[in-house]
Formats: sequence, C-alpha cells, structure tokens
Amino acid sequence: MKTRSLETAAAWVLALLWILPLAYALWAAIHPPAYATRFELGAPLSLENFRRAWEIAPFPRYFLNTVMLVTMVLAGQFLLCTLAAYAFARYAFPGRDVAFALIMVQILIMPEVLLVENYMTIARIGLVDTVPAIALPYVASAFGIFLLRQTFKQVPRELEEAALVEGAGPLTILWRVYVPLARPTYLAYALVSISYHWNNFLWPLVITSSVETRPITVGLGVFAAPETGVNWAVISAGTLISVAPLLIAFLLFQRQFVQSFMRAGIR
Amino acid sequence: MPAHRRVTVHPPVQAWLLLLPALVLLVAFTHWPIVASLWDSVHSTPRGMRPKAFVGLDNYAFMIDDPVFWQVMWNNLLFALGTIPASIALALLMAVFVNERLPARGAVRLAYFTPTVLPMVAVASIWLFFFTPQLGLLDQVRAAFGAGPHNWLGDPSTVLWCIVVMTVWKEAGFFMIFYLAALQAIPPNLTEAAAVEGASRWYTFRRVVLPLLMPTTLFVLINATINSFKLVDQLFILTKGGPDNASSLLLYYIYETAFAFNDWAYAATLTAVLICLLGGLALIQFVLIERRVHYR
Repeated sequence: MKTRSLETAAAWVLALLWILPLAYALWAAIHPPAYATRFELGAPLSLENFRRAWEIAPFPRYFLNTVMLVTMVLAGQFLLCTLAAYAFARYAFPGRDVAFALIMVQILIMPEVLLVENYMTIARIGLVDTVPAIALPYVASAFGIFLLRQTFKQVPRELEEAALVEGAGPLTILWRVYVPLARPTYLAYALVSISYHWNNFLWPLVITSSVETRPITVGLGVFAAPETGVNWAVISAGTLISVAPLLIAFLLFQRQFVQSFMRAGIR
Repeated sequence: MPAHRRVTVHPPVQAWLLLLPALVLLVAFTHWPIVASLWDSVHSTPRGMRPKAFVGLDNYAFMIDDPVFWQVMWNNLLFALGTIPASIALALLMAVFVNERLPARGAVRLAYFTPTVLPMVAVASIWLFFFTPQLGLLDQVRAAFGAGPHNWLGDPSTVLWCIVVMTVWKEAGFFMIFYLAALQAIPPNLTEAAAVEGASRWYTFRRVVLPLLMPTTLFVLINATINSFKLVDQLFILTKGGPDNASSLLLYYIYETAFAFNDWAYAATLTAVLICLLGGLALIQFVLIERRVHYR
C-alpha cells in the first residue's frame, strides 16, 4: 500500500512538473509585466498583455495562412495518398515492391532535411514565398500512403467483387467501397497531419518571407525573437495566442487526438 | 482467404496512373533532392559570373578540416545521448503511472501529453524565460538555495543541456502513448500469474512486462533517434546555435551554411552526410528487426 501512495505522489509531482512551463506562461500573460517573475497571490489580473501582443503581430493573418496551409496539405494528401494506397493495396503490377520501397524513403528522410535542394527547386518554379510552396513537399506523404494501404488491405474482397459485378469502375469502387470503410484511418491521419503542419517551423521559415504567407509558427518566431525587445509578459501572451486554437481543439477532443497518434504510430 | 477465389485482374497501367501524382511529387521533393545533394556536393557554389564547376571531393576535404563541422557532429551526438535514453525512460515511467488506478488519472495523462501538441517554437519561447539569468525561474529556485545567478544559455558548458532538458520535456509524453498502448495490450492474466507465483512487482515488470514492450521500445528508439537529427526549431529562439556554436546541431548548421553564408555547395555536402547518417540508421533498424524475427 505504501509503495502505491508513493507512486501516486511521484506521478503527481511529475505531472505538475510537466504542466509548470505552461502554467508559468499563463501566469505571466494574465498579470501586469511587473508580476512576471513575482509570484504573489494578490497580483492584479489583466488582459493588457494579450491586447499588446495582438497589436504588435498580425496574428489574424498568420492564422489565416496556417489554416490555408493545413487545408491545402490535408486535401492534397487525402487525394494523392488514397489513389496511391489503392494501387498498392489492390493491384499486382511489375515494379510494385520497388516503387513502394522508394516511396518509404520519405518516412526516413523528411522534406525538411532536404531544405537546401528543395528551396532551389521551389525557386526554380518561381513559388518562393507562397503558401502552396510550404505545402508542396509534404502533399505526397509516404506515411499517409502506408497507413491507407494497411487499411485498404483489410477491406474484404467480397465487397469489391459485388461492386464489380454491378459494373463499377475502379475509381467508383475506391470512392464507394474503400474510402467509406477507411473513415477512422482518415480521421486519425487528419489529426496527426494537422498537428504536424500547424506546428511545423523550419521549412516554412525558409520558404516564406512576408506577412502574407508566414504561418503562425514562423510569425511567433519573428515575434518572440529576443532581439525584438518585446517584454516577457507580452511574449507569453503572444505564445498562448498562437498555441490556443490547437490546444483548445486538443482539450476538447483529447481522446481522438491520443488515439490518432497511437493508431498512426502502431502500424 | 479461400483458394478458389478469382483474383481480380487490373491492368498494370491503371496502377501506375493511380500512383503517378504521388510519385511525381515524391520524386521532385525527396528523390531528386537526395541525388542533387550528392551531385552538388562534388561541385562548387556558383558565384556571380562563375558557374558551378566539378571539384571532386574538395568540399568533403574542406568539411574534414572544418572545426565547426566536428563541433556540430559532437553536439548532435551529445544531444542524441542526452535526449533519447531520458525521454524513453520517462515515457515508460509515465505510461506505467497512468496505466494504473490513480486519482485524477485523466488529468495526469493530459499533463504528460500536452507538450506534444505545442509547436517547438512556442515551447522554446516559454522555456527561454526559465533560463534567463537572475530573473528566470531556474535562477530564482537556485537563489532560494543561496546559489548565485548563472547565464544558462550563454555558457558553452550548460547551453546544450538546457536544450536537451527542454526537448525531453517536449518528447516524453508523445512516446508515452505508445508504451501505454502496449501496456494495455498485455493480457492481465500474465501479470496475475506472476503475482500468484509470488513475484514482486518489480520482478514482474522486469521479467514479464519489459520484454513484451521490446517492439515498442525499438519503435520509439528509432523515432527518437531520427528526431535527434531533425529537431532544431528550438535553436532559432533559444540560442541561434551559440554561444560560439556550442549548441549548434547538424541540421541547423546546414540551414546556416545555405541561408546565412550562402555556401550552397557546402550545405549540400553537409546534407549528404545527414542523408548517409539517416540511411545508416535505417540499415541498423532493418538488421535489428530481422534479428528479432529470427529469434521467434
């Protein structure tokens, strides 16, 4: 019994430690800057820091850019990965295994590792500093193809054959039989992909250079850089503003998020 | 599947048409850049009127003589050794904690997992203030014990470890969910049997649970290792690789070489090294998995 309560205590201490940075940011954000490092129960509350942060950085524009980016990436991924996964799951064709192995290279060597050459490619096609340029390297996702292929393989052949007898073509079968049955996989993949691209930083940083294209992470990077001289309380408020949408979505759909990450990891 | 089933025959050309859009983009943004990195690494950077020229292994020779390259490789090794075991051990501990009946288990799990959904830049901008000399939380705690202020991010001997600690905080909760899933998949009668036999909880954990978690550990290990080469976002906020490259990592150095120093050929050379490192990792993973299969 004693070890049990000790364990509970340890679990709790660890949890508090883990939430501390966020709690600290929240403290600094909702109090006047003078209290950023002074922890007094009677400290006055204020939303002034949020107002200042909102004035300094164009957050609405950054959010709009991120939403456009995430939508573009996800729509492209759904389309391309569905088609490719179907080919791998249900077709026997020469070169299939080689093609699959080549696609899986992307799981290991992500586009951000190749940022130097990818930048040159984007520059060559004249798309530098556009939202599609941020999305393009990620649209054909090896991970998405892999996940959907696994799901499609489990669809009973009988269903497909029934549709074939009715004279349906391959794209009709894909759309009517496979896609609806894979709905949980699409949801899991969507949550993982949205979290990844909402939070992605390095590639967007490299390829964007203006307010009109920068996603929220890069915007925050510009805003929170120490050399801007903005005070800590305002930076905390700005940081909380930028993480709020995804964090709130996560708090509301905790179970779905955790299960999606699990499903995506255990393959 | 019954043997008599007629296998649907689709013409191969249809399959290739389905693959085409994905393949075009993958070739353009994964395969081509890999080949191009190798190609550019044996050429010079075009400057002004001078086009790029074949230089053989000159870039690699330069790299061998570049002290910064060795420094970032060393840093990356320390970063990997600092983050991988710690985040895996913590992840396992967290999973064991929340897998048991615990008051407010949901809240505890939430606390562990939350850093996963935050962007690294935001995490860094929060932690930046932890490390601020004198005013930061770290120094305030130290002051309570009578220790003087310390410039955590300005001191070459502490800066990398600050980044390691922050990265472990960010990653552990993510790896926890894989252990949690694996723990929940262990049939309860296995651990119950061990308990009936009079085995202590620690013994059961070590001899029954831990071996069953091996595949998960391998999966997490590979992910953590890849991440140790990929996670550099925090450097942009915290240190910019400084002081004096003490916290720079390979991918950050690649970024700097290309976009701050405009030395594209050398950046390609460094990228080629990173590609080889990741490729070697894949090979090790492959061998490990092969061996595990053979043991069964």
